[in-house]
Amino acid sequence: MNKLVHQYKLNGYNIVLDTCSGSVHAVDEVAYDIIELYEKSEKETIVRTVLTKYADRSDVTEEEILLCLEDIQALADQGRLFTKDEYENLAMDFKNNSSVVKALCLHVAHTCNLNCSYCFASQGKYQGERALMTFEVGKQALDYLIAHSGSRVNLEVDFFGGEPLMDWEVVKKLVAYAREQEPIHNKNFRFTLTTNGMLIDDDVIDFANKEMHNVVLSLDGRKEIHDHLRKTITGQGSYDTILPKFKRFVEKRGGKDYYMRGTFTHNNVDFTNDLFHMADMGFTELSMEPVVCDPSDPYALTEEDLPKLFEQYEILAKEMLRRKKAGNGFEFYHYILDLENGPCVYKRITGCGSGTEYMAVTPWGELFPCHQFVGDSKYSLGNVWDGVKNTGIQDEFRHCNAYAREECRDCWAKMYCSGGCAANAYHATGSVRGVYEYGCKLFKKRIECAIMMKVAENCEE
Amino acid sequence: MERIKTIKTRDLKKSVAFGGCGECQTSCQSACKTSCGVANQPCENKQK
Repeated sequence: MNKLVHQYKLNGYNIVLDTCSGSVHAVDEVAYDIIELYEKSEKETIVRTVLTKYADRSDVTEEEILLCLEDIQALADQGRLFTKDEYENLAMDFKNNSSVVKALCLHVAHTCNLNCSYCFASQGKYQGERALMTFEVGKQALDYLIAHSGSRVNLEVDFFGGEPLMDWEVVKKLVAYAREQEPIHNKNFRFTLTTNGMLIDDDVIDFANKEMHNVVLSLDGRKEIHDHLRKTITGQGSYDTILPKFKRFVEKRGGKDYYMRGTFTHNNVDFTNDLFHMADMGFTELSMEPVVCDPSDPYALTEEDLPKLFEQYEILAKEMLRRKKAGNGFEFYHYILDLENGPCVYKRITGCGSGTEYMAVTPWGELFPCHQFVGDSKYSLGNVWDGVKNTGIQDEFRHCNAYAREECRDCWAKMYCSGGCAANAYHATGSVRGVYEYGCKLFKKRIECAIMMKVAENCEE
Repeated sequence: MERIKTIKTRDLKKSVAFGGCGECQTSCQSACKTSCGVANQPCENKQK
């Protein structure tokens, strides 16, 4: 059985993660070296090696090293270090025993009023016809969700597209219908609206701020970056149209959840400047994702971009710490970690839930494993009237978890990514059981930065 | 432990006994839609 301990140095901190217990230790450089040697060498060898390395340090004595070894053993005895990975069977059993659906991504509009070059949904059409979801289809989707949600109380519905505000009246009617159903079935709907902002008006703001648990507002950052790829149908940049709308929307949000959500590409590997631009405008809840596209696209991220992106994530973490201290902090989605009240081990090992507890619904009521598989006919699972019929494909997704890929077995990050995104794996390798290595590298860097920030905050207390 | 400062974290091993209620947010629903991060959703299990 593996014991996954990850050690790294960042921003002046020596950090040790014990993957399987979730423990995080901030250590000095002597303890860092001793932990690295602990399971590989005899006690005498460790003492000799460390004494030699720190010969010029008066505080590094044999007695000190032995004390540190005792502390390390105590942490191991408490299940805080060198914890064995004993979760594999749990991941399989848990998903095999659950047929609950708890979240749907409703594609209410397979059409869009922007023509963004990098759109994975092909300008909202998902490689198909333009369409809007009718109330009847949406209602059936909600009924399907309620009927298949078992005892789960919290149900999530994301109004997605294309551009969902192009079907706004249907969205409002669906929310009203869901609210009627809540007390009947003991459910609590949490709605999310993901929008490009073009059609935001006072009605949208007032309704969404009352009913939407979260809103995701698409903004890529600086005007020239945003306008380069997020253009209107007539080829004009959309920044000047949406920015005042987003500001008004967020001002009136009253503290409810929202994210300014951008995409960065090869054109702006210095994406932190786009995040800082958003923060400087007063937006405090930010998300910025690497573009998902074909490697042959001109804006695709390259291997040469990778070290620059690592550096950017470090710059971001350090600047966030600085701004927080100065009283003008902001949140970055991927740096949010709840170490004390975060998810249990089941959540961490069973994958994202796509194709099983989470599915996407097209305007015609067809079910797909997630929004990123919509339009790929071999991944059609069924529909909201008859349910899932393609159980072979569903089983493929049921088996996606933190242990499904050989490459993940010894990976320290698996408790943070749960095996990664099936769609990314599929697009990179042709299989949902593959590994999107580029995404893994970025993900690991983000988690290292996020944990460093927690360590920094704790060490300053 | 002079040389080691342990940050307060949830014990994942202990969460085996009280976890799995499924009430927490689906990973992809919040803001990313293009990756899978499972460590940023707060636990919603009231029985733990």
